[in-house]
Amino acid sequence: MSVTVLKPGLLSTLQDGGRSGHAAIGVGRAGAMDVPAWRLANALVGNRGGEAALECTLRGPTLRFERAAWIALTGAPIQAHVGAVALPPWTACRLPAGGVLQLGGMAIGCRSYLAVRGGFDVPPVLGSRSSDLHARLGHEAGRALQAGDVLPIGHAGELRGPDATQSLHASCWGLDPQPWFDFALAPITLLHGSHWSQLDEASQQRLHGARFSIGTDSNRTASRLDGQPLQLRAPLELISEAALPGTMQLPPSGQPIVLMAEAPVTGGYPRIGQVAAVDLPRLAQRRPGDAVCFRHGSLDDAITRLAAREQALGALLKNLAQRLQQDGCIDG
Amino acid sequence: METASIQFEPFAEDALLLRFDHRIDAAINARVHAAVATLQRDLPLLECVPAYASVLLRFDPLAWQDTNATDPHQSLEQAVRSALGAGETSPLLPREREIPVCYGGAHGPDLAEVAQHLGLPTGEVIARHVAAEYRVAMLGFAPGFPYLLGLDPTLAMPRRRDPRQRVPAGSVAIGGAQTGIYPDQLPGGWQLIGRTPLCLFDVTATPPSLLGAGDRVRFRIIDEEELQHLEAEQLA
Repeated sequence: MSVTVLKPGLLSTLQDGGRSGHAAIGVGRAGAMDVPAWRLANALVGNRGGEAALECTLRGPTLRFERAAWIALTGAPIQAHVGAVALPPWTACRLPAGGVLQLGGMAIGCRSYLAVRGGFDVPPVLGSRSSDLHARLGHEAGRALQAGDVLPIGHAGELRGPDATQSLHASCWGLDPQPWFDFALAPITLLHGSHWSQLDEASQQRLHGARFSIGTDSNRTASRLDGQPLQLRAPLELISEAALPGTMQLPPSGQPIVLMAEAPVTGGYPRIGQVAAVDLPRLAQRRPGDAVCFRHGSLDDAITRLAAREQALGALLKNLAQRLQQDGCIDG
Repeated sequence: METASIQFEPFAEDALLLRFDHRIDAAINARVHAAVATLQRDLPLLECVPAYASVLLRFDPLAWQDTNATDPHQSLEQAVRSALGAGETSPLLPREREIPVCYGGAHGPDLAEVAQHLGLPTGEVIARHVAAEYRVAMLGFAPGFPYLLGLDPTLAMPRRRDPRQRVPAGSVAIGGAQTGIYPDQLPGGWQLIGRTPLCLFDVTATPPSLLGAGDRVRFRIIDEEELQHLEAEQLA
């Protein structure tokens, strides 16, 4: 079973939870930019969790499914058609053999996830199927999809619906994207970074409150923040230290950058903040030109909110699995 | 190990930074590697990421939060202090690696310029580069890229004003006061003085990186013939 790429979309890559534990040899995490959306896409098609899904950026690909397949789309709301039929997002849909799924643009947001039952089954590299564009790790040496690519799909039992005989079919229920796709302009929580106190007073105030916009050269490595430049009290001579997704650095230009899923493992710029992990998916959904602002938060609060989010997500994933079983969609 | 001078800094929900100093220095870096060896042995951590003078510990915050819901970063800091303070902190001898290098010519296109800049004959640059013993301070920039401490200070050389779009895999280079090896074809601004036929990073190998942080490294001069022979051997 496989999927053939007819049109690649703007930047479509296979992503899972990423590579953990290899930073000491220079290998970063990569993985889905919006992790909850990726996990929920897998859950909607009854995957066990951890399968690679397709991360689409701003404009999705056109794909031909060689056999019938269950799919689900989450994350930013993306146009999705099979022929003239529009597919609902956050809902399991069954495509017929030979079905051509045309993914289009996103009215808001930046990244959508396409999960397929069984998962995209490319060979894992260092424990992950994620594409790392810079380190050239993953499917086809980590590059984005190209027309003509053939993506294998893993084996999984057929998801049965009451009318699964129909060629194209959407499940009668779906998920509410709220709060998992949250496009409200609420500020993003920022923890103090090592060098926050080195910002001059005006810059400290600007960082927590002023509006920035996402720069056009943002990508999976970093979201660049355009705005009135921030300044240090005095220049800092720093040596490289570790960096993580969510780390906010201040390069000499004064325009902060937030490292994202493909963060390098070390960095030498002043580290003025760390985006709270619970808010990182919201930042990942901001596209170039979108406004963004930050508020200071405490580490305690960030840990509490992250634990609450994980609990809610865990409960929802469990509910989804139960619902699929109750519906007789998967064997108990 | 004396721990009073180590700065502990919460870095993220699941990460704590230990900073030993603010300088690039072989003795400080050696403390980093000794600490990593001890902490990886003694504490349940997700990951240790060593750098020149610091190490980032990644951990599960829920596992380090005791029943009184104490700050997990503080609990971990206490555990780190007692693990490092307990005495012997360098149980592992560093691995030693010899890296064969073919210097100059097509493999080290910047060697002549480096020699000219330093006012040394090319043979002397090679002799001084090969005489030193190096230590892998950390890996970064790209998978398997080692930042090596121990360069003869007389060989320090600014980076190129025009970085190359494609540095060939295996290139041995000088950047500032350090030397390094490009594990793959990469963009880069360091001065290329030679090339090794060894494969520094292979995802199918265990471990995937030829070099690890803390390893000792020596270079050995090889000629074009041996370079080709070793390259053919690797392919076989």
